[in-house]
Amino acid sequence: MDVGIVSYGAYIPRFRIKPEEIGRIWGVDGKSMGKGLMINQKSVPGCDEDVVTIATEAARNMMARVPDVDPKDIGAVYVGSESHPYAVKPTASIVAEAIEATPDMTAVDMEFACKAGTAGMQACMGLVGAGMAKYGVAIGADTSQGAPGDALEYSASAGGAAYLIGSKNVIAKINKTLSFTTDTPDFWRREGQPYPLHGGRFTGEPAYFKHITSAAKKLLAEVGSKPQDYKYAVFHQPNGKFPTRVAGMLGFTPEQIETGLLTPNIGNTYSGSVPLGLAAVLDKAQAGDRIFVTSYGSGAGSDAFDITVTDAITGYKRENAPTVDKIIANPVYLDYGLYAKHKGKIIMSE
Amino acid sequence: MSSVAREWREIPGRYNLEGSKCGCCGKVYFPKRDFCPKCRRDSIGKVEKHKIDRNGEIFSFSVVHESPACNDFLKPYAVVFVKTKDDVLIAGQLVDADLDKIEIGMPVRAVLRKLDADGASGVIHYGFKFVPDV
Ligand SMILES: [Zn+2]
Repeated sequence: MDVGIVSYGAYIPRFRIKPEEIGRIWGVDGKSMGKGLMINQKSVPGCDEDVVTIATEAARNMMARVPDVDPKDIGAVYVGSESHPYAVKPTASIVAEAIEATPDMTAVDMEFACKAGTAGMQACMGLVGAGMAKYGVAIGADTSQGAPGDALEYSASAGGAAYLIGSKNVIAKINKTLSFTTDTPDFWRREGQPYPLHGGRFTGEPAYFKHITSAAKKLLAEVGSKPQDYKYAVFHQPNGKFPTRVAGMLGFTPEQIETGLLTPNIGNTYSGSVPLGLAAVLDKAQAGDRIFVTSYGSGAGSDAFDITVTDAITGYKRENAPTVDKIIANPVYLDYGLYAKHKGKIIMSE
Repeated sequence: MSSVAREWREIPGRYNLEGSKCGCCGKVYFPKRDFCPKCRRDSIGKVEKHKIDRNGEIFSFSVVHESPACNDFLKPYAVVFVKTKDDVLIAGQLVDADLDKIEIGMPVRAVLRKLDADGASGVIHYGFKFVPDV
């Protein structure tokens, strides 16, 4: 049985802030900060947007492209995020209701820093492959947090993408997936705390680079493929710099990662990061294209995927929902005051 | 808690624009009802659930400058009457729009947004709002 992606949908809020505007507030040269991180601007949610609304919009875009799929055939909805609006009460059940997949299904929220979305894809592959569900929905979405003045404030953004995983009319077959996981405390947020803490430089070598290269090399070895066999590659993108460097370390070219590298224009969408990068690739991909994907979540782990776009992409109704390029067009720029309001950083009276 | 229960019953309408369609004359209603005022007695037992098309165009609008507290963060904003593709008029809020560019006939689409929350510890209310369909 071929298990893979039957449909996908993306969503990114329309608001943006630039690093120079953030730097202006904290007395830092934000422009050079942004240059170092390769981030020109980041997305900011609207005042009435959160992970529920972002995940729902992505999932509705996903369903719009497969008008023949009955949402009642969805057996599972998994929403991966580190900014679920409720501490207790699932995002996934609200999203499932909003795409009319309820009630004969299972749903759960997932969390693994920036890789909970790809973990959901793997879980759906298992359910579909085992015949326990006809379709599974995996969503990665975030309205991520960065402490005011912290380096993360220049990158932490908002967005998400949704994937319908199944075994019929698969537009992109997932040939193989595997993961690499260790207990590495590079980044964390304790229950009830508004902002995460991170290990500074420690987030690089022993965390991001070690996990991504380990998972990626293992996948290449097990599949017996080389970087040159892929048309596109998508790596987790906490900034523009890390994925560019890790691609080079593994032998992928800048051309292979260009299409799926969204961070320079929207920032780090955390759980939405790799799912959105892959969505941007699927917007352009054609039958036969091979895609290499590796996510990363702090704490720490990587999920790697070897994907081949199938002939079914030609009959697939991509035009029924907006492409990532279209979604990010026409942004509205915020100053820091409006940004603080959008992010709920202003204490209001009850 | 009673308001939580009442809202819960309205979820199909608020999330997915579930309305009604008269089995006699075919007229579509939103919010849903179980009686068609046109066909009256003939419609009894013949009014069915009907999902309203999320796409439509602005039939009428007004810009609101004094809002209820739940919309303090969004004002000024527009409220709109939207004529959907099923030819039904739905009132709602228009967000993510440039207020000086709103026009009658402008295509819009219903999306799910946060409507309000019962303070920092109560439930969050979600429901449809309209956005420009560009
Ligand atoms: Zn009637």
